[in-house]
Amino acid sequence: MAGVALRTVGAVGGGYALAASAAGAAAVWLPLPRAEATLAGMLASFAVFAAAILWCFAARSATRALAGVALPLALLLTAWWGR
Amino acid sequence: MKASFRASMAWLHTWCGLFAGWILFAVFLTGTVSYYRQEISAWMRPELHAGGTRTKALRRAETELARRAPHARTWLIELPDARTPSLRIGWSDRDGPGGFTLQTLAPVAPAGGEAPIAIRRTVGGDLFYYFHFDLLVLPFRLGRWLVSLCAVGMLVAILTGVITHRRIFADFFTLRFAKGGARAWLDAHNALGVLALPYHLMITYTGLVTFALMLMPWGIDLTYGGNRAAFQAEMFGQMLPGPRADRPHALAPLAPMLDAAERHWGGGAIGRIAVFNPDDATARVLVTRGDTDRIPITRQSLLFDGTTGAELAARDEAGPVEATWATLYGLHLARFAAPLLRGLFFLSGLVGTAMVATGLILWTTKRAGRAPGRGWRIAAALNAGTIAGLPVAMLALLWANRLIPAALPAREVWEFRSFFGTWLLAFAAATLLGRPLRWGVPFGVAAVLAAGLPVLNALTTGAHLGATLRSGAWGVAGVDLTILASAPVFACLAWMAMRHGAPSRTVRPPGTEGGRVLPVLAGTRRSAATEERAEVR
Repeated sequence: MAGVALRTVGAVGGGYALAASAAGAAAVWLPLPRAEATLAGMLASFAVFAAAILWCFAARSATRALAGVALPLALLLTAWWGR
Repeated sequence: MKASFRASMAWLHTWCGLFAGWILFAVFLTGTVSYYRQEISAWMRPELHAGGTRTKALRRAETELARRAPHARTWLIELPDARTPSLRIGWSDRDGPGGFTLQTLAPVAPAGGEAPIAIRRTVGGDLFYYFHFDLLVLPFRLGRWLVSLCAVGMLVAILTGVITHRRIFADFFTLRFAKGGARAWLDAHNALGVLALPYHLMITYTGLVTFALMLMPWGIDLTYGGNRAAFQAEMFGQMLPGPRADRPHALAPLAPMLDAAERHWGGGAIGRIAVFNPDDATARVLVTRGDTDRIPITRQSLLFDGTTGAELAARDEAGPVEATWATLYGLHLARFAAPLLRGLFFLSGLVGTAMVATGLILWTTKRAGRAPGRGWRIAAALNAGTIAGLPVAMLALLWANRLIPAALPAREVWEFRSFFGTWLLAFAAATLLGRPLRWGVPFGVAAVLAAGLPVLNALTTGAHLGATLRSGAWGVAGVDLTILASAPVFACLAWMAMRHGAPSRTVRPPGTEGGRVLPVLAGTRRSAATEERAEVR
């Protein structure tokens, strides 16, 4: 039960954070005019959200599920670095 | 999560589908009828007669706005088109966005000495449209966030549904209705899901795209320093009124500007017209291209000097990402769809609605044999209140539109209340009534309401089938005919519910407890025959 709760937190909260950070990273890193890059990040973010949710319930353990969200999240958050 | 990837995904499908299901059903059904929002709105304004040219409607808009709000900061004009017989005007005194007073008018001004046609105030088809993404009763933007969360749930349910169904093609041809119970519901759920799978995926993802700015604004914080207005101005060409010079000046006639815009777009349809500082020397007119003749809703607009009618600027180009965004958004709205395509979208939407409904019913049916716990009872009541109750509430709104006196002040508030009041009643009935009745009664009521609506329409207005079919007002006639056609469907559902829905006493195979095979027996019990027996009630 605790496992399900952890996975749910990871899926909904972590998944949203991952999608949001992916949208931010795309806006900064994509070699497009800034409006285009920003919009591209927004459009793709929902696929990231859904994929993160699937991952959280497919992973072998709740710990792996959370780690699988936290690692890419940390990587993408570097887009905020120095801003 | 579970022993295998597929089992984990099946588990996720079940629970994600259940918790998002009730809201998704309501969103799918009200969203599906919103394909005919304009037609429903026209039906709900029976005093409004079609006709009148664009020139006359535009002249009426100019006169009415100059009379009602001469010193407004912004005027809005939406002219009638093939699907909308009404003219809509609006004005706002705000410097920023919003704050509009909106009015629906007949497109032709009454002739001299003639009393203006009093069009009843109504929520129109807009109630269904706004409900399908806003839920209308929750404060702030809670409704939008809740609908969006359920849309993400839908996306997950679609993906996990595809993953779970190994035999996706074979399942499409597998219908074991005769076996009844969970098997039949499962087969129906599969068939409905596969039948319109591309549609389900498209409508869900594009639905999220329409809220992208609200849901995922974080990139704007990085690239625009959080200035969302700047992003919107750059991306969508949105405009706000500029500073006034406080030098009064008459507004130039709008008709030549619309003609110029039409020429500019090679005959493209005119959308919304905005006039900024209409009585000032700084007047500006922004003519935006409509979405009825193209899929992407890319913002194309022409800006005119309101005092001279001279063209100042044009916005035509869209980058590839904006074009993608505009296409996804346009696919969701389907304003471009001609009658046949619109009909197919409508049918696909109904298939999606039925897919959600069968999924919800499958959950309770599968678990019906066990001693029903509190969770099961709540789910069963919510199922009936939502799936059978919402159609009754929607029909009650249309009845209220005809029964509430046309001249009653604030009558649209009573329409709103009759929709939500009826739905609350349906939920109360679903909680209080037993198994066959909680389905049979609302479906029966829906059948009566649907069959009676064209009759009520004929008794209370002149815009009934006898008149609309003769005059070729297909939009309004179509609303009556579609609702009439739904009556036998509801009657059939009521009959089926009363016939098959009686509480059954199922003896579950020994060794199963709460749906799980006891670990001790796991090896021996999972023979095909046991599985089959466990599924069939």
